[in-house]
Amino acid sequence: MKRSGFFTRSVILTVLVFFHLPLMVLVINSFNASRFGGTWEGFTTHWYSDLFRNREVMEAFKRSLVIALWSTPAATLLGTLAAVALHRFHSRLQKVHFLLVQLPLVLPEVLMGFSMLLFFVAMGINLGLTTIWIAHVTFCLSFVTMVMLGRLQDFDFTLLDAARDLGATRWQATTRILLPLLWPGILASALLAFTVSLDDFVITFFVSGPGTTTLPVQIYSMMKTSRSLPIINALSSLLLFGTVITVASIHWLTRPARKL
Amino acid sequence: MANEHPTPPHVSRNEWTVTLPSLGWLLIFVISPTLIILAQSFRPPDLTGAIGSGWTLQNWETWLRQDVQHLALHTLWLSAVTTGFCMMLAIPFGWFMARTSSRGKQVLQLLVIIPFWTNFLIRIFAWKTLLNQDGLMTRAAAFMGLIPAHESLLYNEGAVLLVLIYTQLPFAILPIYAAAEKFDFSLLDAARDLGASHLRSFLEVFLPGIKMGIAAGALMVFVPALGSFLIPEMMGGHDSEMLGSRISQRAFADRNLPEASALASGLVIGVLSATLFIGGGMAWWRQFKRRQA
Repeated sequence: MKRSGFFTRSVILTVLVFFHLPLMVLVINSFNASRFGGTWEGFTTHWYSDLFRNREVMEAFKRSLVIALWSTPAATLLGTLAAVALHRFHSRLQKVHFLLVQLPLVLPEVLMGFSMLLFFVAMGINLGLTTIWIAHVTFCLSFVTMVMLGRLQDFDFTLLDAARDLGATRWQATTRILLPLLWPGILASALLAFTVSLDDFVITFFVSGPGTTTLPVQIYSMMKTSRSLPIINALSSLLLFGTVITVASIHWLTRPARKL
Repeated sequence: MANEHPTPPHVSRNEWTVTLPSLGWLLIFVISPTLIILAQSFRPPDLTGAIGSGWTLQNWETWLRQDVQHLALHTLWLSAVTTGFCMMLAIPFGWFMARTSSRGKQVLQLLVIIPFWTNFLIRIFAWKTLLNQDGLMTRAAAFMGLIPAHESLLYNEGAVLLVLIYTQLPFAILPIYAAAEKFDFSLLDAARDLGASHLRSFLEVFLPGIKMGIAAGALMVFVPALGSFLIPEMMGGHDSEMLGSRISQRAFADRNLPEASALASGLVIGVLSATLFIGGGMAWWRQFKRRQA
């Protein structure tokens, strides 16, 4: 292996500092007694206890969890079915299908959010938890499909033929062979859908109604009004911690299967 | 030899059963809303903030206004500059990542993915903290005598650009790394043996070798950047508005849904042409290569 030059090394270092310095400052400031975080004024966990006492934040967090819990199963089911269809069939229909699945991943979120808002207005559907749920299922579906497609590519379909040859019915082969083997992939994509739902701001912002503030929308309004900034630090640090755990678990669940 | 992959003449019932749930869902909740934007852009606005009846071209006339044209050009410009910077950082990064040990690859991958998965608002908030009048960056810049003390670095075009690059860079790194990972680095040694300089072998062997990754990365940086609305709203001043922020302003603050639709339709057209241009170019190149082979 050749050593990389000075230029490349400095780019790597710059990018890594660029990526992580802001996040580190955020975490450090969440323990900083100073209200504005410019200077270090001593260690405190005061902002965390403030955070847990903040009714609005806690309500919004619960609402986000409920939405994510309801969107995840629907998106996982629809997305897994879509992946199976895309993997097994190669008709022109699947070309259109694949294009549609990719669309929510490419379309700018403003367009998705605004078009859904207009759609609900045109259909006379009141904005609220239902509209948020529909929006979340829509974009989570695409994420699930992409992960599941990757997992299906690694799946050895001759195992199913073997099961059928040994006398298993199609149903038995699906439930006893296919599902147990695909389980880690399904779990990883569900986890991804859950995170993406919990995280979404832009689309939710467009399709949420009065009284259906989710956690990101709550953070947005706290940022806008510049009140309780240290609480945002504490909240961000906790969410960051959650992100690291989730990324690690997805990484672990989708690691390539060990060869026997 | 007979056709190895005969395309089935018709779609079986079995195929319809597994395809229809997701296909139907996406048609109803992605395609029809997009068509509705187009339709509503020809409706007159209603004074109560609803959509009036009848048809009109008046919303599209907003595109004739100089400030809107300026806004569109500005949005294109900021997205293009963001894409340029992301490429300049992502190409050396992808190169390094592909050549390092497998343990190093895993670590770097994780270090790229963590900011990528961190909540979007939090990333913007982190930069707001660094750039506000008491922020670390502001203090550093003041200490070096670049700006007067306690002058905020927020609310200008530079801040918008910085955070755009920050949020889009992982989208550039991941596909470029994937392409560099498949690149045969011994080709570079061959080029060097034949007398090419470092720079020349990089430009004429490595870059063409990973061009699919570069195109995919450019697409994934440029298209979402065109639609950004939160970053200009949070980091920008009056001079750094973008099309996305104008759409949300028209939709929420002014409650003029038809005019917002006309602006959004313009954005849809921009996004589609960028995707078709880059995506079509990639498809054409693949076919061209296949014919040559």
